[in-house]
Amino acid sequence: MEKLIALLIAAPLLGAAVLLVGGRRLDRVGHWIGTLLSTASFVIGLVLFAGLLGRNAEHRTLIQHLWTWVPVESFQADVTFRLDQLSMTFVLLITGVGSLIHLYSVGYMAHDERRRRFFGYLNLFLAAMLLLVLADNYLLLYVGWEGVGLASYLLIGFWQHKPSAATAAKKAFLVNRVGDVGLSIAIMLLFTTFGTFAFGPVLDHAGSASEGKLTAIALMLLLAACGKSAQVPLQSWLGDAMEGPTPVSALIHAATMVTAGVYLIVRSAAVFNAAPDAQLVVTVVGAVTLLFGAIVGCAKDDIKKALAGSTMSQIGYMVLAAGLGPVGYVFAIMHLVTHGFFKAGLFLGAGSVMHGMNDEVDMRKYGGLRTYMPVTFVTFGLGYLAIIGFPGLSGFFSKDKIIEAAFAKGGTEGWILGGAALLGAAITAFYMTRVMLMTFFGEERWRSRPTRSPEAPSAEPAAEHQGEHAEPHPHESPKVMTIPMIVLAVGSVFGGAFFSVGDRFLHWLEPVTGHSEGDSPLSAATVTGATMVCLVAGVAIAWAQYGRKPVPAVAPRGSLLTRAARRDLYQDDLNHVVLVRGGEHLTRSLVYVDHTLVDGVVNGTAAGFGGLSGRLRRLQNGFARSYAVSMFGGAALLVAATLLMRAV
Amino acid sequence: MNPVNYLYLAALLFTIGATGVLIRRNAIVVFMCVELMLNACNLAFVVFSRMHGNLDGQIIAFFTMVVAAAEVVVGLAIIVSLFRTRHSASVDDASLMKL
Amino acid sequence: MSAQQLAAYTTSTGEAFQFWVLGTVAVVGALSTVFMRKAVHSALSLAGTMIVLAVFYLANGAYFLGIVQIVVYTGAIMMLFLFVVMLVGVTAADSLKETIKGQRWLALLSGLGFGILLFAGIGNASLKEFDGTGQANANGNVEGLASLIFTKYVFAFEITGALLITAAVGAMVLTHRERTERAKTQRELAEQRVREGRHVPPLPAPGVYARHNAVDIAGLLPDGTPSELTVSKTLRERGQIRDVSTEALNDLRALEQRAEERLERTEIRPATFKRTEEASK
Repeated sequence: MEKLIALLIAAPLLGAAVLLVGGRRLDRVGHWIGTLLSTASFVIGLVLFAGLLGRNAEHRTLIQHLWTWVPVESFQADVTFRLDQLSMTFVLLITGVGSLIHLYSVGYMAHDERRRRFFGYLNLFLAAMLLLVLADNYLLLYVGWEGVGLASYLLIGFWQHKPSAATAAKKAFLVNRVGDVGLSIAIMLLFTTFGTFAFGPVLDHAGSASEGKLTAIALMLLLAACGKSAQVPLQSWLGDAMEGPTPVSALIHAATMVTAGVYLIVRSAAVFNAAPDAQLVVTVVGAVTLLFGAIVGCAKDDIKKALAGSTMSQIGYMVLAAGLGPVGYVFAIMHLVTHGFFKAGLFLGAGSVMHGMNDEVDMRKYGGLRTYMPVTFVTFGLGYLAIIGFPGLSGFFSKDKIIEAAFAKGGTEGWILGGAALLGAAITAFYMTRVMLMTFFGEERWRSRPTRSPEAPSAEPAAEHQGEHAEPHPHESPKVMTIPMIVLAVGSVFGGAFFSVGDRFLHWLEPVTGHSEGDSPLSAATVTGATMVCLVAGVAIAWAQYGRKPVPAVAPRGSLLTRAARRDLYQDDLNHVVLVRGGEHLTRSLVYVDHTLVDGVVNGTAAGFGGLSGRLRRLQNGFARSYAVSMFGGAALLVAATLLMRAV
Repeated sequence: MNPVNYLYLAALLFTIGATGVLIRRNAIVVFMCVELMLNACNLAFVVFSRMHGNLDGQIIAFFTMVVAAAEVVVGLAIIVSLFRTRHSASVDDASLMKL
Repeated sequence: MSAQQLAAYTTSTGEAFQFWVLGTVAVVGALSTVFMRKAVHSALSLAGTMIVLAVFYLANGAYFLGIVQIVVYTGAIMMLFLFVVMLVGVTAADSLKETIKGQRWLALLSGLGFGILLFAGIGNASLKEFDGTGQANANGNVEGLASLIFTKYVFAFEITGALLITAAVGAMVLTHRERTERAKTQRELAEQRVREGRHVPPLPAPGVYARHNAVDIAGLLPDGTPSELTVSKTLRERGQIRDVSTEALNDLRALEQRAEERLERTEIRPATFKRTEEASK
C-alpha cells in the first residue's frame, strides 16, 4: 500500500508537466486534464485512507522510501514519504478541496485564454503542497515548501498584465523568503543538533537536546510558519495576494499555502513541547494575528480582502491552538480542516458573486443579491454560519474547542489568550455578518444609475464589452461552479459535528500529535455560553450598523480605528518605514562611505601616486646626459659608502 | 717619487673623462671621453701589476683594450646611423623615442 | 730600467722627472679633449694623452701594452675616430653653451666629489709595497703575458674573440641600409629628370661663377645671389655652406672707397639723391 503514496504527488505533478510542456494543443482539454489528475490524487488519497482505517491506530504510519537523494557521509537526505494520520488529513483536505476548486475554476476561468497554464500552475501547487505534507524529513519538506512559494507566486501574479498583480506576487514571494530563511536556519540547527533531519529520529530524541537549542529551532520554525501562514509580523502579503484569480485565493486560504505553517508547527510538536518559551511566543503570535486579521477584516470594503482578513484571523486561531501544546494540536488541525471547507466555500461564493457582477469586488456596490443568485446565497450563508460558529455547524465545534484550550493554558496567560480568542469570535461574527449583509441584503446599490436598461438578460455580452462602467446584471453561476460550492457547504455544515461526535477526530489524530485534557478554570458549558454571547453581540452590532440602516455607496470617513484597519493597520507603512526607509538610509550611508572613505582612499592613493609621478617624470627628460649624471652621482655615493664601511 | 702617484694621475684622468661625458653634447667627443676613462683604468691596472709583481693586471688591461676596440666599432656605427637619421651628432637631439 | 729599480718603493729620479713632465702633458691633453670646441682637436688631444700613457706603460714594465697602446689605440682606434669625425663634419664646432638646466653644475659637482673620493681612497690605502715586475718579466714580458693568456685566461680570450666578431657584425648591421628597390640606372635617372622638368642640365658646379671654387661655397646666379644647388647635399644638410656673395660686393665697395679716398674725390651723398627724388615728386 505504501507504493501508492508517491502516486499522490505524481498525479498532479504529471498534470503540471503535461499542461505546461504540452503547449497550445492542450488548450481545449487542459482544464479537464488538470481536474482529472487532481481528482485522481484525491481518489488515491481515499484508497490510502481506507487502508489506514483498516489498521490499528499504532500501525497507521506508512513509510515509502524512493531513493537516497544526498548520500554524503553523515549528511543523508532521502526521498522518503511518510503517511500518517496527520499527513492523511492534509492529503484529503488538499486533494479534496483542491479538486473542488479545480472543478470550479473550469467555469470561473472559462473565458481566460491562458486557462491551460492556470490549471498547470494549480496542479503544481497541489503537487508541491502534497510533497510538503508527505515528506519524511525537513529537507524534502523544504523542497515542497519552496514549491508552494513558487506556485503561489505564479498564481497570485497570474494576471501579470496588471501591475498590481505582478507587485502582489513579488510581495508574497519576498515576504515568504523571509520565512524561508527561518526554515533553512531551523534545518541547519536541526542537523547540527541531531545529526539528521529525518522526522523520526529528530522528533523521537527532541527531548535530549538542550532547551536553548530547541527554543532557537522552534523560533526559527515559527518564523517560517509566520511567512507561509501570514502571521504577524509577516502577514502583509496575504491581503495583496487577492490580486490573483479567486480560485487561487480559495486554494491558498483553504487547502494549501497558509495551512503549511500550522502543519509545520504541529509536525514539529515534539520540538515545541520541549521549548515552552517558544510555545508562548507561538500563542502570542497567534492571538495577535487573530485580532489583527479580524480588525482588518471589519474595515475592508473589498469582499476578497475582508475574507483575507478573516483567513488571517482564523489561521491565528490555529497557531494559537498549536502553541498551546498537546492541549491544542488536535483542535488546531480540526479547525484547519473545517476552515478549509467553509473558507473555500466562502471564497468560491465570493468568486461566484464577482462572476455575476462583472468582477466588481467592492461590497458597497453589491446589495440584495440573494434573489439573483440563490445557490450562491445559500452556500455562502452556510459558510458564514459555519465561520462565526453557529451552533451545530463545523466552526462551532472547532473554534469552541480552541477557545476552551486557550483558557486551559491557565494563569494570567490563559485569561488573556482566552479573552483574545473570545473577542476574536465576536469580531468574526461582526465582520462576517457585515459581509453577508452588504452583499446579499439591503438595497440594490449596483443599480446606482438612474437609467435602467429594460432588457436585463439579453444585454449580457454587450455589458462585458462596455467594461466596468456598464451596469452589472447579477446572475447565478453555471453548475460547474455551483456544485463545488454546494459540496463545500455540506462539509461546512456537517464536518464539525462529524469530527466531534464521539471525538472521532481526536482519536484519529492523537497517536501522532498526542493529546492531553487541559484543566480549564471555566467549564466547557461556560465557555460555550460566553462564545454564544460574543457571537450574538457581534451579529447584533453588525445588523444595527449595516442591516437596519442603508449602506452608503461611498465609504464614510470612519473612525481612527476604521481608517487604520482599512490601511491594514499600517502594516505596509510600518514595513516601509522600518525596512524600505531603513534600507534606503543604510544604502545611502554606505554609498556615502563608499564615495568619501573608500573612493577617497582609492582616489587619494591614485592622486598621490599621480602627483608623485608627475614630479618624478621631470627626471625622465630623455637626455642621456641627465641620466649619466644620476649614474655618476650614484657611483660616487657607492664609492663613498664603500670608503665609509672600510673606515668603520 | 712613490709610484702611487701614477694612481693619482689615473684617478684624475678618470674624473676628467667622466666630467667630459657629462658636459659634452657631441656624441663623438662623449665617446672620446669614455675612451679616456678606459685608458685611465688601464693605467691603474698596469700600476697594480707593478705593485703586485705579477702580470695579471696587464692581462686585464689587455682585455680592456680589446673590449674597447669592439666598443668603438659598435659605438661609432651607432653614431653614424644616428647622424644619418637625425643629421646631428648631438646626444641631446636623441632625447625623444621617435623622430 | 733594471729589475732592481722597478722593485723599489720609490722610483728613480729619471722616472720621477718623466712622470711629472709627461703627467702634466697627459692632464692638459685630457682637459683639452673635454674642452676643445672642435671634435678634431679633441681627438688629437686624446691621441697625445694616449701616447703619454703608452710611455707610462713602458715605464711600469708593461712593454707589450705600451706598444699595443701606440699601435692599436693611438694608431687604429683614434684614426677610426678621426674618420667618423670627417664623416660627420670636420669643421662643425660645438657650442659649449649648456642647454640642460643645472646639468653643468651637477656634472662638475659629482665629478669633483668623485675625484675627491677616489683620491681619499687611494690616500687611505696603504700602498707602500711595490714588488715591481722584474720577477714576472724575467722570461720576457710578451712571453709572460702569452703564457697567462693561453692558460689561465684562455676562456676569457676566446670569449673576447667572439665579442670582436660580434662587434664587427653588429657594426655592419647598424650601418647597413637595406635596399628595398633596384637602384635606378643612369638612363632611368636622366629620363626621370626630363619627365619632371627640373634641372634638366647637370647641376651647376660650386664656386665656378664666382671668385671662389671651394666646394662649400655656393656659386652665384647672374643677379649675384648664391644658388644652393651648386653645393653638395651633404654640406647643405650640415649647414656648412659659406655664403660669399655679399662678401665680394663688400670687398668691391671697400676697394672703391679706398681708391676714391686716395683720389680725394668727394663722396656722392645720398642726400642729393633724396632731394632730387623729392623734387621730382
